[in-house]
Amino acid sequence: MPRKTIQMEKRIDYLGILDADGKLDAKLDPDLPKELLLKLHRAMVLGRRFDERLLNLQRQGRIGTFAPISGQEASQLGAVATLRDDDWMVPSFRETAAEIWRGRSLESVILAYGGFNEAATLDPEDAPPTLPVAVPVGSQMLHAVGIAWAMRYRREDRVVLTFFGDGATSEGDFHEAMNFAGVFQSPVVFLCQNNQWAISVPRSKQTRARTLAQKALAYGMPGIQVDGNDVLAVVAAVAEAVERARAGDGPTLVECVTYRMMMHTTADDPKRYRSDEEVEGWRAKDPIKRFEAYLVKRKLLTKPGIAKIEEEIQGQIQQAVEGAEKRMASLGDPLEMFAHAYAELPPHLEAQREELAAELRDSREGGGR
Amino acid sequence: MQTLRMGQAINQALREEMLRDPDVFLAGEGIGVGIHHSPLLPTAGLLKDFGAGRVKDTPVSEAAIAGLAVGAAVAGLRPVVEIMFNPFFTLASDMIVNHAAKLRYLSGGKSSFPLVVRMKSGAGFGAGCQHSHNLEAWAAHCPGLKVVMPSTPADAKGLLKSAIRDPNPVIFIEDLALYFVPGPVPEEEVMIPIGQAEVKRPGKDVTVVTWSKMVGVALEAADQLARENIGMEVVDLRTLVPMDKETLLASVRKTGRLVVLHEATRTGGFAGEVAAVVMEEAFAHLQAPLRRVTGPDIPVPASPPLERFYLPSAEKLMAAVREIL
Repeated sequence: MPRKTIQMEKRIDYLGILDADGKLDAKLDPDLPKELLLKLHRAMVLGRRFDERLLNLQRQGRIGTFAPISGQEASQLGAVATLRDDDWMVPSFRETAAEIWRGRSLESVILAYGGFNEAATLDPEDAPPTLPVAVPVGSQMLHAVGIAWAMRYRREDRVVLTFFGDGATSEGDFHEAMNFAGVFQSPVVFLCQNNQWAISVPRSKQTRARTLAQKALAYGMPGIQVDGNDVLAVVAAVAEAVERARAGDGPTLVECVTYRMMMHTTADDPKRYRSDEEVEGWRAKDPIKRFEAYLVKRKLLTKPGIAKIEEEIQGQIQQAVEGAEKRMASLGDPLEMFAHAYAELPPHLEAQREELAAELRDSREGGGR
Repeated sequence: MQTLRMGQAINQALREEMLRDPDVFLAGEGIGVGIHHSPLLPTAGLLKDFGAGRVKDTPVSEAAIAGLAVGAAVAGLRPVVEIMFNPFFTLASDMIVNHAAKLRYLSGGKSSFPLVVRMKSGAGFGAGCQHSHNLEAWAAHCPGLKVVMPSTPADAKGLLKSAIRDPNPVIFIEDLALYFVPGPVPEEEVMIPIGQAEVKRPGKDVTVVTWSKMVGVALEAADQLARENIGMEVVDLRTLVPMDKETLLASVRKTGRLVVLHEATRTGGFAGEVAAVVMEEAFAHLQAPLRRVTGPDIPVPASPPLERFYLPSAEKLMAAVREIL
């Protein structure tokens, strides 16, 4: 028996279209409609400014812990912009800007970070289907494969886009989801936002592999690495993957190389584990800055036009904060905690709810002992 | 009335529900093209009759099987997935405990996860502790799940049909030995509501609360004690969550004595929950301390002589009853 080499195609493309200064590689231009370009720009700015406001709210104790998206606007919005309204999006917990693109209200986001499960019910029933955020890292990828199964089961041409980070590629769920999707040829786009840091663990200590995209090859699906701070490149790569999925040709792994400019969540301090120089290096590659430079150069935007957008966005955020805080004041009936553990209230929960109701009655009658 | 073994009764429930509702599908390891050819096994013949679109053999990937159920359920299907053996629940547990059980709650009631996870349980095959390990108390401890453990073919059929139609995730635990035990099953459609215990045998002197395979052990002991004029009432809990406290408490109030019997290990086992409920709500009716008869707190032995003495027996149960009479 000889020892011989098994020939395999091993190719991982890297795609970048807009460089850090906003200069376009015209050959690769996906030639997006003007309206879409402007909508993407506004959504990116909104994502960034909303993050800044949420951070203020968190530091003031007006909401709880949240996961900022700053720096990752292009990779999540470019990806989600390729979906149809009836496609599914399955987020991790760092896709606020993409969720808003899909119709989630700012108010709902604030309410959720304030701890209120009612947040999910604020948005219209006919909003594009999106799962709630998933905290156990990587777990949502398996749900995406299940949803894709349902799409194919019903012979619908809808696709599922799921997000995860570089850290998630070390989870078993990543591998089980990729394997299932490969075997079933599921209409899933696996979108890895490689933001270089899994809380305090750098990408270099996450895996020995040169790229995350190459992990696709082991599961018999194509993989591509994209400049995740270049919104045009993200749109181009993900659109190709979505089209493949919709045509019945199976899943794709897209690795967006980007950077988390802020903390993992408001519960950690990134200065403890990474250098200012590194952060500044990435600031020079900022996705919004380069996209604006490009749009100004193409005369789709002007400096005063950008200032006006910024002002409108601040107004929109302010209105949402006021609305959410007003709503929070009307929520918080402790008895609500029993409402949705089951579709109905089983007898043991009815009894436990009654115990709490009695406790609340006593404390009111006792004058707040 | 037809006579079916429990595996066949489960098969009939699956078949009927798949015919009734096109959204019901099955997925699991070796559920279509099985390694065993026994027509008594629950999914025998279903691949042939319903096709690979609805009876899906999956890669060996418990988390993905349970995750498939979560995703398919939120998208509107009615998945019935199989985790081959109860100990492999640990591999699927994040999907079941953190997602299937919690996502309705996290969505403020907006999303629904109607799914069934079927698992085989039970010692007695020399298969060792990584195949045989009853973990029903783990599942029962997780809010958002319902937990069902039938003891007869008729119960298995009626409860599985209810589980498939339930809007909540249901953990449906089937004792492997019971697959081969026959019993009467009504010809017509019978739905048994989740959350109802059944008195499998009335008696005046002592209540034995149990479920799954141990119901048979209790009935055997009841037969023997009846010859000594001791009346043992056998309460088959059938559903652990939600538990039918009324039936349990009514029985204890009547007999004044309680033994809880289960195959699973003792510490943290569900007998503790049953005992606590009785202490809280029927303490004044107890005429003697309650007793637990369970597997010892060790991994299930593979060697046949050891395994035989691991499993609670009618003799052990009768000894416990005599202690408190």
